[in-house]
Amino acid sequence: MLKYILHRIALLIPTLVGITICAFAFVRLLPGDPILAMAGEHGVAPARYEELKEQFGYNLPIWQQYTRYVGEVVTGDFGVSISSKRPVLEEFKTLFPATLELSFFAMIFAMVLGIPAGIFAAVKRGSWFDQSLMGTALVGYSMPIFWWGLLLIIFFSGYLGWTPVNGRIDLQYFFKPITGFMTIDTLLYGKWDAFRSVLRHLVLPTIVLGTIPLAVIARQTRSAMLEVLGEDYVRTARAKGLSSARVIGVHALRNALIPVVTTIGLQVSTLLAGAILTETIFSWPGIGRWMVESISKRDYVVVQSGLLLIALIVMAVNLIVDVLYAVINPRIRAA
Amino acid sequence: MKKKLAFAAALLAASVLSGMANAKTLVYCSEASPANFDPGTTTGGNDFDASSRTVYSRLVEFKHGGTEVEPGLADKWEISDDGLVYTFHLHPGVKFQTTDYFKPTRDLNADDVVFSFDRQFNKANPWNGDKYLPNLTWDYYTGMDMPKYVAKWEKVDDLTVKLTLTEPNAPMLANLGMDFASIVSKEYADQLEKSGKMADFSTKPIGTGPFQFVDYQLDSVIRYAAHPDYFKGKEKIDDLVFAITPDATARTQKVLAGECDIAPYPNPADIATIKANKDVTLMDQAGLNIGYMSYNTTIPPLDKPEVRHALNQAIDRESLIKSLFQDAGATPAENLIPPTMWSWNKDVKTDAYNPEAAKKVLADAGLKEIQLWASDRVRPYNPNFQRAAELIQADWAKVGVKAEIVNYEWTKYRSEGKKKDRPGAFQIGWTGDNGDPDNFFATLFACSAIGVSNYSSWCDKDFEDLIQKAKKTSDQAERTKLYEQAQVIFAKEAPAFLLVHSQVYAVVRNNVSGFKMDPLGIHRFDGVDKAE
Repeated sequence: MLKYILHRIALLIPTLVGITICAFAFVRLLPGDPILAMAGEHGVAPARYEELKEQFGYNLPIWQQYTRYVGEVVTGDFGVSISSKRPVLEEFKTLFPATLELSFFAMIFAMVLGIPAGIFAAVKRGSWFDQSLMGTALVGYSMPIFWWGLLLIIFFSGYLGWTPVNGRIDLQYFFKPITGFMTIDTLLYGKWDAFRSVLRHLVLPTIVLGTIPLAVIARQTRSAMLEVLGEDYVRTARAKGLSSARVIGVHALRNALIPVVTTIGLQVSTLLAGAILTETIFSWPGIGRWMVESISKRDYVVVQSGLLLIALIVMAVNLIVDVLYAVINPRIRAA
Repeated sequence: MKKKLAFAAALLAASVLSGMANAKTLVYCSEASPANFDPGTTTGGNDFDASSRTVYSRLVEFKHGGTEVEPGLADKWEISDDGLVYTFHLHPGVKFQTTDYFKPTRDLNADDVVFSFDRQFNKANPWNGDKYLPNLTWDYYTGMDMPKYVAKWEKVDDLTVKLTLTEPNAPMLANLGMDFASIVSKEYADQLEKSGKMADFSTKPIGTGPFQFVDYQLDSVIRYAAHPDYFKGKEKIDDLVFAITPDATARTQKVLAGECDIAPYPNPADIATIKANKDVTLMDQAGLNIGYMSYNTTIPPLDKPEVRHALNQAIDRESLIKSLFQDAGATPAENLIPPTMWSWNKDVKTDAYNPEAAKKVLADAGLKEIQLWASDRVRPYNPNFQRAAELIQADWAKVGVKAEIVNYEWTKYRSEGKKKDRPGAFQIGWTGDNGDPDNFFATLFACSAIGVSNYSSWCDKDFEDLIQKAKKTSDQAERTKLYEQAQVIFAKEAPAFLLVHSQVYAVVRNNVSGFKMDPLGIHRFDGVDKAE
């Protein structure tokens, strides 16, 4: 097992190098110039422009800029934001819990609804439920997040007034974050009203961010379940006279869940990508919105280090999923 | 230990909560997170709303809702006859804010004023460079040409400061009302320098303004409390909260739902909904801006004024504005400066739509093809350059001129556009900084601005003489006359097609009073009240 894990980690190294190159290159391939973006409408005189280019090190050959960047990253220095002048890592650490909290609830939402729906659709294959579920899942999968979010805000918050428009908590609650996770912090302070406010604020963004993973998980569970239900051992279990609930719940589900676990792991990158739009619409102070704003400001440092940090997280999650997969499916380890 | 900390924090939260129970709180849904809270180091309007207009004050201020300069921290000032020496007399007894991170021991004095400017240009000042924050650029200070005009700042006595210029510069007074000219506390700076926490200066601001900083949760909420010893009197609202809400539709929904009291920049598509709601008011104000299209006046046949006039005449401006701004509306521009600015010449009119006349002139001049530039960025003075380009292209096609649309990303667009040999017509615009006409005429069309922000590469001797003379004259009536003449020349020479001065909007709940739209695009909360 240890050998397997080490092997997986070794495979991550070239990926990591590739990511630093991509993050570094993508930012520089974006049209635009951080110095001109910083100067705003005024523009900047040519002499001053050259001076600033030198100050920021953008006058160096591109490979030197890259080696300098990698050298810093290796020592844990992710740089300082061009616009806010704060260390990138510090900003990331402040904002990441918000993204993580939202992603966690979105994933729970997607699993709690997606897995039972997928199972039920597989069991009732061809029924009206199955067909309408698969149709809905296709719609959910193709849903433009931005439009979907605004639609929910206008209907539930604007028209019905049931949910807050956006933000993480009602503004009357004011306390210093302890963990950065609002659901946990409010409980630590023993503020039930504030906790309820946090939950109310989580409803719409959770639905919006969880929609695509929900669709994917439901579809994946259904097809995995269908495959398993046709296997010999399921037929044997039924022949032994076991109840249908036991056959599906124990024998079939355990095996059907293996590909579903991988799917869930892969959804982490979908969640982080979705967070970019969801956080912008819901004024959610997480890393998605942070990246969008930094791109529009051409804050090279934040964008390249932010991309790298996000990629590291996705890689770590994938590694965990691979290991989990090996745990529940011993055949993988041998391969 | 953790438990103790949590308990202490809970107590703090409880005390804050109970304290807020009877307080009057105003919530402003701001459009973006501030880069930091030191207005000398930032350039965005949202940065200034969160720092200079709330926490700080300046020697002179712009009249609330206008562009006229009025006394601020300086009660009065004298300008020497040669226009070179400005002497400011400070208001006595001005208190800096007392917070949990700084307790001032003295009132504002001349040292604070000298320090506020010195740190922006003096490389020997420890607050000028990396020791304070990495990669500081002081963009506004250099952008307003302060290094060129300022010879020195001197303390005469505790309540008197002297500014000496290198040459007369009438807009200087207006510059001192700008955000970068906010007055900071030298005592606070010294204290932070001693304790080795200099970066706190940009995250925990101390000023003399109407509100004092309480807390900032990154990208989420900024909290302020009324400054109890504010030298113009304590504000009527006790707590001011900025709820950072980048999406325009979400901002509007928050005001409609009562979660915010004021929100700026609604989506044009939401304007009808806002107007239909009886709980909110849509406030508007002609912006201090101009959208225009520069012709390169050095490349034939665009070097001939009659050709430029003909191109202007060929554009159906009314339809163009309607198509671009829809319900939001905009004022067609007759002059480079907007009608709200002093010296606007009411007798000057720009070219009227007359395709027939244009066709003949253009045919005689042999103009068959032209480049027409467009970018991807939404600007207040032009929400859609591409759409505008397509409509102008169609209008010019009707008079026999084939326009080729040239596209670039915004920063590249501007750096390509300002090149002296850039051909054709270039769409651009400007939002004023300080309400001084010089900030439009000289910034955009002075000979020295060629290659920087004079996109027409236009250098007209008569126009240049007038605006340079106006810059050196301190008498406003005299300056007005000079700028009025400059506008006549501009209309005659037509270095550009003038499009619009656009409106700026804010959605405000009806129980809010005293909020004024500001032509400078800033949002101020002094003087604002809220009925429960």
